[in-house]
Amino acid sequence: MAGKPKLHYTKGRGKMESIRWLLAAAGVEFEEEFIETKEDLEKLRNDGVLLFQQVPMVEIDGMRMVQTRAILSYIAAKYNLYGKDLKERAWIDMYVEGTTDLMGMIMYLHFQPADTKEKNLALIIERATTRYFPVYEKALKDHGQDYLVGNKLSWADVHLLEAILMVEECKPDVLSAFPLLQAFKGRISNIPTIKKFLQPGSQRKPPTDEKFVAVVRKIFNI
Amino acid sequence: MSGKSRLTYLNGRGRMESIRWLLAAAGVEFEEVYLETKEQYDKLIKDGFLLFQQVPLVEIDGMKMVQTRAIMSYIAGKYNLHGKDLKERALIDMYVEGVSDLMQMILMFPFSPPDAKEKNLESIKERATNRYFPVFEKVLKQHGQDFLVGNKFSWADVMLMEAILAVEEKVPAVLSGFPQLQVFKTKMSNMPTIKKFLQPGSPRKPPPDAHYVETVLKVFK
Repeated sequence: MAGKPKLHYTKGRGKMESIRWLLAAAGVEFEEEFIETKEDLEKLRNDGVLLFQQVPMVEIDGMRMVQTRAILSYIAAKYNLYGKDLKERAWIDMYVEGTTDLMGMIMYLHFQPADTKEKNLALIIERATTRYFPVYEKALKDHGQDYLVGNKLSWADVHLLEAILMVEECKPDVLSAFPLLQAFKGRISNIPTIKKFLQPGSQRKPPTDEKFVAVVRKIFNI
Repeated sequence: MSGKSRLTYLNGRGRMESIRWLLAAAGVEFEEVYLETKEQYDKLIKDGFLLFQQVPLVEIDGMKMVQTRAIMSYIAGKYNLHGKDLKERALIDMYVEGVSDLMQMILMFPFSPPDAKEKNLESIKERATNRYFPVFEKVLKQHGQDFLVGNKFSWADVMLMEAILAVEEKVPAVLSGFPQLQVFKTKMSNMPTIKKFLQPGSPRKPPPDAHYVETVLKVFK
């Protein structure tokens, strides 16, 4: 069955947001079916469409794909955003794992006890500015090219932009010591498909708020 | 620098063990450097060896690779353990990610507070028997082949084998409801490279003990 990929998730960022970003960057239109209640999730499970009883789930090319990384890898390869050979893929994978770790911290921030939020937020900013952003700043400096790997737009660039914007939502001036990342941000944001995704009315989801956290807790029993 | 791959980690399983399994299953010899002190670890960071200041580190084909998944994906790709096309790769990736989630529970277990250990062990047992093992039992039953994907040995088979043995160490009868997985386990055990890895004296590391936990806490503070 050809047709648009269909995303199954809650109506918020969570683990699906990176998938939305990548599909959008690749210029791929997609549909979304939102899980709004516990019953919605139960129905998906009972219908046997969730391999490990979990979402994200993406219907794509006749498959019901689960596991965020597997889905992202497939999309990246399909739309030529995964480098030209095994070594470029290795670099893209390393960079993406780094931004995944950073964005993971932000994702879980909203589910931590309220009295730890300030400390965790400080840790996120510390990690962003001392562990992660310096790596990407240096990569861009060392080769002087517009993109992280192989002088060509890849999954790594899309993921890094997503991470930058997410951290900026926590601390708007976080890129102040990273001139090349500032330029990178400007450049990648202007790529037509990405520019479109960043505009109001796209399928990009807003930052996680208390209301969304409550919905997630209820649906997933956490 | 050609020559053997070099692994840098603690002298224990942790996140490096899946990499050891995969290299061994692919018949690839490797060297290991063990971190025993915080000073050694700090020096690695200072010398710029660790892209994100973390281990595992695998020096392979002129790269200093970090990030477990990136490393394993590279090894799988290089040694033809990642399927023949994009769709097989997708299936392998899904299976590997599922098994990884189960292995993550086992990885974290030694670091659980004493009063949470029983509950966490129960969670591992529950997830293995209700969420993960049934999937692979069904896959093997449906196609009747020896390997999970594409009738060919792949990264997914290696990860599953590692997970089965790791869960059995904690829940010895865990495969009792899974006849296909029992057959799978026997077949994998008899593959020459895996058989060799399962013998004493191989690079395979023992289950984590108190000393290992202590070393982790010391080196990574």
